[in-house]
Amino acid sequence: MQEYFIIIISAVLVNNIVLSQFLGICPFLGVSKKLSASLGMGGAVSFVLIIASFITWVLQTYLLTPLNITYLQTIAFILVIASLVQFVEMVIKKFSPPMYKALGIFLPLITTNCAVLGVAIINIQNEYSLGKVMVHSLSHAAGFTLALLLMSGIRERLEDADIPESMRGTPIALIVAALMSISFLGFSGLT
Amino acid sequence: MNLKDQFTRGLVQENPLFRLLLGMCPALAVTTSVNNGLGMGVAVTGVLLASNIVVSAMRKVIPSSVRIPAFIVIIATFVTITDMLMHAFTPALYTALGIFIPLIVVNCIILGRAESFASRNTMLPAIVDALGMGIGFTVALVMVSAVREVLGAGSFFGLPLLPENIPALIMILPPGGFIALGCILGLMNKFQRKTA
Repeated sequence: MQEYFIIIISAVLVNNIVLSQFLGICPFLGVSKKLSASLGMGGAVSFVLIIASFITWVLQTYLLTPLNITYLQTIAFILVIASLVQFVEMVIKKFSPPMYKALGIFLPLITTNCAVLGVAIINIQNEYSLGKVMVHSLSHAAGFTLALLLMSGIRERLEDADIPESMRGTPIALIVAALMSISFLGFSGLT
Repeated sequence: MNLKDQFTRGLVQENPLFRLLLGMCPALAVTTSVNNGLGMGVAVTGVLLASNIVVSAMRKVIPSSVRIPAFIVIIATFVTITDMLMHAFTPALYTALGIFIPLIVVNCIILGRAESFASRNTMLPAIVDALGMGIGFTVALVMVSAVREVLGAGSFFGLPLLPENIPALIMILPPGGFIALGCILGLMNKFQRKTA
């Protein structure tokens, strides 16, 4: 039980996927201008991240390792993720049109989100069991959503701030991310 | 557009990192030392060059409806080759870059160039484009990592520059990446506004 707890704390706070592992920076900077959009992106990424972690773990454990073809890992994983994103898009479109409308534009972007592939590879590298894989990817998904929500909250306020002209847009967003990252460094004593 | 313009376009006007804001993840994660930044840049350039050549050569064979998956498979193949080569020949760099080598496959620069350039042009322009973009990305990575290594570790390429108590450790920790890149982008905006 304690092991799982450590995984959760470490993935959400200490090794936050965006602020200390630098995975998924593109959506973090790209869609964090509005709170609602970032909630949608967080939801979509979490969804794909969790399913992808499960499938890639099964693939690795029951196909790649027994057949001794682990060198195909990168190709196999990215194909799984790309087709999964397509599949999820179709399923959501069919069964939940309102959700599709909310997530629609974010779904295709997830294929090139390095957070999904990154977590899948970290799962394998750490040689987690299936239970730990699920907890680990769930916590990383939560960490991603948390970072995205915090960031969009700050950026909505920044709209009214008086920022030097050349720092507007991405530069100031990066500085904000730096300050958030510094505060997340404070969690590093937790585990 | 002639070849020389195409080459410099990737270096300056459309620099992938500073202008197009592509490939941010590796740019922030591996730029803790100039050595790592340079290694990452060269690896990305190699994959970009190889994938641009193959995509351009096969552009008439690949049906447009499945082009994205096809590009991804081509890119993933070259990333796997790069991964193996680095594991064999540069083990120290391989360990330092770690997970970011397989993650070259999701680097938006490579898929972006395959989709927007290589799939629409003959091989020679595709090669020039890959070299321009790749070298532009490498130069950008080296710039960011030079700032971080000098300020954070007080050295450049592993050569000590500053006395031991001066460097600010924070610059080679995660926040330093955001600070360095944010400041460089801000400065570039400022200079561009002056010249324009």
